[in-house]
Amino acid sequence: MKYAYYPGCSSESTARDQYMSIREVSKVLDIELIEPKGWTCCGSTPAHHTDRILSIALPAANLLLAKKMGLDMVVFCAACYNRMKVANYEIQTNPKIRKEISDSLGEDYDGSVNVHHFVEVLIKNIGIKKLQEAFTHSLDGLKVVNYYGCLLVRPHKATNFDDPENPTIMDSLVTIMGGESIDWPHKVECCGGGFALTRTDIVIELSNSILGMAKAAGAQCMAVACPMCQVNLDLRQSDINKVKSSNHNIPIVYITQLVGLCLGISPEKLGMDKCIVSPMPIIEAVKSN
Amino acid sequence: MSLVISKEKIEAGLLQTVKEISGVDVAGCLQCKKCTNGCPVTALVKVPPSEVIRRLQLNIGDSILNSDLIWMCASCETCFSRCPMQIDMASVMDALRIISVKKNAAKQKGNVPLFNRWFLKTISMFGRTYDLGMIAAYKIGTSNYFQDTDKFPMMLQKRKIALFPSLKADKKYVRRIFKKKK
Repeated sequence: MKYAYYPGCSSESTARDQYMSIREVSKVLDIELIEPKGWTCCGSTPAHHTDRILSIALPAANLLLAKKMGLDMVVFCAACYNRMKVANYEIQTNPKIRKEISDSLGEDYDGSVNVHHFVEVLIKNIGIKKLQEAFTHSLDGLKVVNYYGCLLVRPHKATNFDDPENPTIMDSLVTIMGGESIDWPHKVECCGGGFALTRTDIVIELSNSILGMAKAAGAQCMAVACPMCQVNLDLRQSDINKVKSSNHNIPIVYITQLVGLCLGISPEKLGMDKCIVSPMPIIEAVKSN
Repeated sequence: MSLVISKEKIEAGLLQTVKEISGVDVAGCLQCKKCTNGCPVTALVKVPPSEVIRRLQLNIGDSILNSDLIWMCASCETCFSRCPMQIDMASVMDALRIISVKKNAAKQKGNVPLFNRWFLKTISMFGRTYDLGMIAAYKIGTSNYFQDTDKFPMMLQKRKIALFPSLKADKKYVRRIFKKKK
């Protein structure tokens, strides 16, 4: 299985752990990930805040690289995934936009490169059976809440990722890893996303609500699929406790780190030492099959 | 609850400009308020999404550009996702932000436009974001030097923030995209 893999800018800073875990997991599962040479930023929220064409042209430039490689694109960062899906959707459905984008890039792009989230690749392309065979370890009943956030599921007409209100793809992954996936109402709530620096007060409000609900649901850890969510919920957890006089202490890990542990990969290789809230309860819960 | 909206001097065309930028027609909004009920910042703002749409429909003027929602909206798109009339409120908000910056509307807490400028500036310079440069520029711009400084040593030690910008990007397309934008 061979894909073009877009790591996104956060893979070089706040989400190195996410990058490490994807690389390690792919190695074991024989997924060949090739980064488009010289990939550039998707523009994220600041681009769509600023200019519609800019917000489509920036991700389209990377999709064009994947097209030249003749490969489908795999993304993990929910923001990059979202921007690429939206770019494809706009280019496919709006001829005027397609024209403006080809003017902007200097090359025509038809919106045809398939974009997959890495979790979709695991469940849909590798498949449950092959994953089960590959797992050497189990989460052994660890209580996990899966947090999908906003950008995978919305806007659904463009991302077409699972069910927009009650996605279950990560839950099925946790279940086959032997974890107890807990149903909870905050799967697709917003953590405050790109306000990490500008409106930390909003991040604290929204993330506090998510952490509170995870605790009420009885979770021992939270699995995420977005680097911005991870930072807001993990790095900000101590700030939230200070401002809200709360005592949240829940490890926030990438779902790929859980997958890696079940494949028998060491926590260090999965970048788990980079977690702020200690992931030891997870590491200790993992049992060999 | 009734909503009183006073009609001020009309800057004709705000509704039209929003439509031109976003491609969204808000005429179909039936004020069911599903957007407002689902919006994560409704409890924090003075003007919730359904009211922004109503004000737009009535084309009451540019005061809407000072609505706190414009820079408190997290672009989570719950509004659009749940709208029975499929009005793309998230794109409407983008359009309002663009117009608000162009018309120099009142600055709001957090200065998101400043952050956006520096974020895009690092992309145009390096092809990828450069967190540390962006954060420094934002801090200087807002004179808020000490926010989160306690976190940097730990983040550097855990390599959760890069000291130097990545130089691996091929800026061919990016250069052209930004040049065309101007």
